[in-house]
Amino acid sequence: MSDVYVVGTDMIKFGRFPERTVPELGAQAALMALDDCGLTIQDMQALYSGNLFEASAGVGQRILREIGQTGIPVVNTANACATGATAFREGWMAIKAGIYDIVLCVGCEQMGSGLLGGTGGGKGIPTEGLLGSGTMPSVFAHVGLEHTRKYGTTFEQFAKVSVKNHHHSTLNPKAMYQKETPLEEVMGAEMISYPNTKLMCSVNVDGSAAAVLCSEKKAKELGLMGRAVKVRASALSSDPYTSRNIAMMDFNAVTRLAAKTAYEMAGLGPEDVNLIELHDCFATAELVHYENLGICKDGDAGRLIDSGATQLGGKIPVNVSGGLLSKGHPLGATGIANIYEITTHLRGEAGNRQVEGARIGLTHVVGAGSACAVHILEKA
Amino acid sequence: MSAAATTAAPKPVAPFVVVSTDGAHYIAGSKCGKCGEVVVGTRDVCGKCGARKSMSHIKLANTGKLYNFTVVHRNFPGVPVPFISAIVDLDGGGTLKGNLLDVEPDPAKIKFDMPVKVVFRDAGRKDKEGNSYLAYFFVPANKA
Repeated sequence: MSDVYVVGTDMIKFGRFPERTVPELGAQAALMALDDCGLTIQDMQALYSGNLFEASAGVGQRILREIGQTGIPVVNTANACATGATAFREGWMAIKAGIYDIVLCVGCEQMGSGLLGGTGGGKGIPTEGLLGSGTMPSVFAHVGLEHTRKYGTTFEQFAKVSVKNHHHSTLNPKAMYQKETPLEEVMGAEMISYPNTKLMCSVNVDGSAAAVLCSEKKAKELGLMGRAVKVRASALSSDPYTSRNIAMMDFNAVTRLAAKTAYEMAGLGPEDVNLIELHDCFATAELVHYENLGICKDGDAGRLIDSGATQLGGKIPVNVSGGLLSKGHPLGATGIANIYEITTHLRGEAGNRQVEGARIGLTHVVGAGSACAVHILEKA
Repeated sequence: MSAAATTAAPKPVAPFVVVSTDGAHYIAGSKCGKCGEVVVGTRDVCGKCGARKSMSHIKLANTGKLYNFTVVHRNFPGVPVPFISAIVDLDGGGTLKGNLLDVEPDPAKIKFDMPVKVVFRDAGRKDKEGNSYLAYFFVPANKA
């Protein structure tokens, strides 16, 4: 089986574009990724398109209407917050299987503002606020307070994640926000679901990102190995059974499963990874994923954020892009935007936020329901 | 129209709530005869071990312990806040999410593992046809 490389990738600056359509956003990132490697849609053998909110509306085909209807196969994916990463992985698999040599993967999303999630809404009466809360800030508040229950993790430690990621975003011109948020401001912001304040919730934004994937043979033929980044591992999991999973969504077991699979596939461990883009949909989530991805021992996540190891310049920088908290979280685009960020660092092209000497990077997304994708990338 | 129809029993707020005419409402659960796992709801296949034809349908306990919570301050329009969203491990198995009542919605006042009781009360919300619903809530065991 051929190794698979990212040869072109880009993302639009995340923001709010209510006047534009979803396919327009996807098309823009697609063209940028093609330009990044000097190719055209005529060079692509298939399109893998990730979008959640218009999942039944043929987003991939509509993207091709914007950039060239070459008749290539289109696969549209929808897999909660792992939607973009799933599209990327489908493209990776097709090349691994030897079906295609070069494919385009696009993730795009247009979001409303406000709360996501909520329980009920089906038959009978709405149950949000009656049978507990199923909003995403509440679901991830439960995730955080479970860590507090086990290890005594504090509100302040969770809040530090937001301080760090908002700081990182000041170095990323493609982030939705570039604004420092001191600890007092994060902790003093409107409480949404304890311990998640408004500044500890990711931003609902519109966005798109794209990547061109290529077999080794094709990348060499096209002379694209110079800036190519190798996909060392691609793993996808659904939530394995855990006893509280139905009442309290479990994002831990599903992440541990995908991480284990990815590390085994890459023949690497967490100690080999130089930077991580992980799913900080809420500040509480980032800390539990430090442990789920194995960058610290169980129970040490609070101390890890206190130590500064996960900020730019630290031992294992996490979410140098600003993360979902400040770069923004357009659901279907996020998985590929993470790939763009890691690839940019491995190419040494990340400018002010460059993680020096980065050779191995890891991306992680996890969606409610649950779906987790982990990719490990290596400088070629 | 019969007298029974005019005083129709409330509908269950969720499929696993069993409304009893004698007031002994309960949470329905299932127990796997193969692996022993207990879950909320009536299941035919065990989610843990995948066994078929091994699930017995049981009544779950109306007592338990608070495993986890959050205090919700912002919610959708029309939902009264603040409220406590609680995760409770029922005694004997099964985990349920619901509102915890009769406790101040202050994280400092809410204790992990506090004993709670499941109580069944009118949901306070009706559907479009005007039907009433029976909901479950958690209250501290010492206040039940």
